[in-house]
Amino acid sequence: MTDLLHLNWGLLAPELTIVIIATVITVADLVMNDKGDRRVFGWISVIGIIIAIYFTVNQLNNPNGVEYLLNNTYRVDSFGSLFKLIFLVGTGLVFIMAINYIDKKEIKYDGEMYYLLLTALLGAMMMASSADLITLYIGLELLSISSYIMAGMKKNNLKSNEAAYKYVIIGGVSSAIFLYGASYIYGLTGTSNIIEMASRLPNAYHGDYKFYVYLGSFMMLVGLAYKISVVPNYMWAPDVYEGAPTPITAFLSVISKAAGFAIITRIFVTLFVPLVIAVDPKTNQQMTFFSHELALYLAVIAALTMIVGNTMALRQTNVKRLLALSSVAQAGYILVPLATLTVVSVNNIIFYLMAYLLMNIGVFTVVTIVNKDAGTEDIRSFAGLYHRSPLLGVAMTFFLMSLAGLPITAGFIGKFNIFVGALIEDAYWLAGVMLLTSVISYFYYFNIVRQMYMRPGHTEAPLRVAYSLQLVILLTFLGTVLIGLLPNVALDFIANNLNINDMFNLGITK
Amino acid sequence: MLLSLITFSPLLGVLLLLFIPSDKAGTIKLIGSVVSFIPLLLAFVTFTQFDAAYNGMQFVQNIHWINIPLTAGIALEFNYSLGVDGLSMPLVLLATIVASMSALASVNMIKKRWKAYFILFFFMQVGLYGVFVAQNLFLFFVFFEVTLITMFLIIGIWGLEKREDAAFTFLLYNGLGSAIMLIAFIALMMNAGEYAVGPNATVYTTDIQTIIYNLTEGTKEFSSYFLYGVFFALLVAFGIKLPMFPFHSWILKVHYQAPPPMSMILSGVLLKIGAYGLFRMEYSFFPEITHSFAMLLVILGIINLLYGAILAFVQTDFKMVVVYSSISHMGIVLMGLGAMNSFGFQGAIFQMVSHGFLSALFFYIVGVIYNRIHTAKLDDLGGMATVMPFTSGILLTGALASLGLPGMSGFVSEFLTFLGVFEKMPVLAAIGTLGIVFTTAYLLRATLKVTFGPTAEKLQSLVDVRSTEMIPMMVLLGFVILIGVYPAIISEPLQTTLQTLLTRIGG
Repeated sequence: MTDLLHLNWGLLAPELTIVIIATVITVADLVMNDKGDRRVFGWISVIGIIIAIYFTVNQLNNPNGVEYLLNNTYRVDSFGSLFKLIFLVGTGLVFIMAINYIDKKEIKYDGEMYYLLLTALLGAMMMASSADLITLYIGLELLSISSYIMAGMKKNNLKSNEAAYKYVIIGGVSSAIFLYGASYIYGLTGTSNIIEMASRLPNAYHGDYKFYVYLGSFMMLVGLAYKISVVPNYMWAPDVYEGAPTPITAFLSVISKAAGFAIITRIFVTLFVPLVIAVDPKTNQQMTFFSHELALYLAVIAALTMIVGNTMALRQTNVKRLLALSSVAQAGYILVPLATLTVVSVNNIIFYLMAYLLMNIGVFTVVTIVNKDAGTEDIRSFAGLYHRSPLLGVAMTFFLMSLAGLPITAGFIGKFNIFVGALIEDAYWLAGVMLLTSVISYFYYFNIVRQMYMRPGHTEAPLRVAYSLQLVILLTFLGTVLIGLLPNVALDFIANNLNINDMFNLGITK
Repeated sequence: MLLSLITFSPLLGVLLLLFIPSDKAGTIKLIGSVVSFIPLLLAFVTFTQFDAAYNGMQFVQNIHWINIPLTAGIALEFNYSLGVDGLSMPLVLLATIVASMSALASVNMIKKRWKAYFILFFFMQVGLYGVFVAQNLFLFFVFFEVTLITMFLIIGIWGLEKREDAAFTFLLYNGLGSAIMLIAFIALMMNAGEYAVGPNATVYTTDIQTIIYNLTEGTKEFSSYFLYGVFFALLVAFGIKLPMFPFHSWILKVHYQAPPPMSMILSGVLLKIGAYGLFRMEYSFFPEITHSFAMLLVILGIINLLYGAILAFVQTDFKMVVVYSSISHMGIVLMGLGAMNSFGFQGAIFQMVSHGFLSALFFYIVGVIYNRIHTAKLDDLGGMATVMPFTSGILLTGALASLGLPGMSGFVSEFLTFLGVFEKMPVLAAIGTLGIVFTTAYLLRATLKVTFGPTAEKLQSLVDVRSTEMIPMMVLLGFVILIGVYPAIISEPLQTTLQTLLTRIGG
């Protein structure tokens, strides 16, 4: 084992930046007068995140390929770095939302919000980079525990308390299920390192332990399902999304979900794809297959999630509940490339998550503005929005179109890619479910459009939007439309920076 | 380049409108109507430069747009490619004429939020023109969806009382149609869209010409599941738009609630996309399958024709008569397509153009009436000839054209269609001619009720149309007569394209 002091700490630059900022803010919060304006913490964090983004971009295209840290538990590879970019950009935008959202009357200890967001971000980043079930679990818990507290941030609000409570219990149970499943896999392979596991697991699978391999993998997936809120573990989402402060809802629906996808993708692509090995009789070469049982299991989960999310969203009148179920449905779409694994599945997942980041943060920013103005989360608070603030209305329309998967938006291209991938793998029924539920989703997304354009609002007075929020909406809007019109900008970026072999390589230990 | 200009010139209007405050109604209406004439002018320029003898696409523009890498050497490619041939040229003209007339109609008939209306209308025009010139299925789909979303918003904001309901019906029905279409397009791309760009590089594309080549001349064998699956998927997708008999119910609600200028667009241009899609894709991609289902198309066409005509006869609302007549007349297009010979095809295209003008004219006249007395119930109307002689005259002439009086466009199209069908399926054609009888019956019933008889109470104080309101009537009717008197204006550019198509399907 290498001496800790001789580690290549430079590899951890993005994470360390976040740790330092979080520590500084925590201390400053203690020292600062209770009534002091803590919005400055938010801006400091944004700057810190920008620095971390700079470090992460530098790590893409690392000439050394994959690099390891701490005895093969922490790896810096292109897959992880791309996900970290998503987390960082998303959290940066959430910070700007939060700075404008926080009301001292509702959230008394607002300093907590800033550093908890940072620790949650740190957890997500650790998840993306971990190559060991132990580090992975630590990252997962760091993210989860921070999220539990943030969900209950509005201490005098009953719904917020309910949200935090539900989230803790379901999160705790899910963690337990995940760990129990992981213990089987650990027991079969004798290691907690994912890549070593991957090399030993086929032996167990081809031996007499097939059942335990499946049992362990199912339980791991069920446990992780709560992070991405898919069937069977999605019921918490509407309640928690409704109760949590809106910027935190945005964080949960985008960053937390993306982090969930990062580990699910890593575990499944690294661990379970090379599981079924057969020898090609003609060439005598080893071939690996994605186990049909696991693919089918993922496909069924994806289909159920799309159906449940989209149909349940139809009857929601609370915008945040509606968006919660919409994000359940979106998770179903993102599971499709995993269920129908092709060489570009991971690209498709990352592309869709990028599009999803843009459109969902955009939607939640508009929701923050509108709900705060109207004082209610009812869908009717959107009535007449277009006439009060045309640009906001137009931006929202594009975000919703993108979520619905209609052309000239990023969401369309993302869905299109996923759809093509499913058809390449001959998963016609899954593609059919995806398309049909997308058409169903038009109904509730355009219900918001209906409110914005077709219903008279209680007032026609122009809506005032803070400059920083205008910036968030502008960025997400431009991103959504630009990627929709010229998707190659993002597609090429991902293709150039993602080396899928990284996920299987042991890489260089430093 | 010319085609791109036609397609995107409406955006100029959007740009101008952005700088006009929304309370300056006069300026907004001026821009709204004037800018709509730019694509029309450009389309005429294109038409004059159109080479009728040239076989293939003209004014072609092809730009690299999207390239999605799959693995080493395999990628998906979607180019921005435009072009027109004899089939799409008349439809581009039709679309620009109807759209500019609809813009003029909007000036009088839209009563609120003009700025938003015209901005949406301009975006819709981009979709309308783009659909007819797109030579790539992916691009076609994008334009198609643009019309869907803008139409949804316009119906939902500016329609009659039950507008939201109608807008959602439109969105979900047509959304389903385009979803099915998307599946078909992707299946086409993956099975028949491949071409080699280098020794080790293959590209899958949705370029229409590539797909036609692979399907009809290439060496690859295709499974019949794929062929029939895509054939029927496209039939349903375009059938919804057309609207073909079992899929027509959306149009009843939508047309009635849509604002009159949008009804003009809807039946004048949007429905034609369905027929155009069938013609452009089914016939070129699956000549043999289409040939074997010719009978089905004719039967579906006759069902549309008779069903629409019979129901039009019992309607109590003038607007509904026009809606059902739309369904009925689109049946003739289907019949012509099913005839599988030169006469039938020409008849179908003539009917598309002719009905485009006529239905736009009818919906405009209904709009003019509705605009004045806020009802179009046949019981409330009557004796309009005494108070609105000009409008009544146009209405009568239009009705005569619609039921196929020689010298006007309706005659040419119906004559050619039935000629074509008689040649192949005399029995069906004979049944179809019943439709002509019914058409005469319902059109005369409705128009006579509206124009003659004692002047209804509500109509007593009406004044006839003003000069600005006259223009759309005169222009639309003018084209109807022009085509009737001089059909070569459409049939000549059509010949080369039709001959190619006919040799391919062996008709």
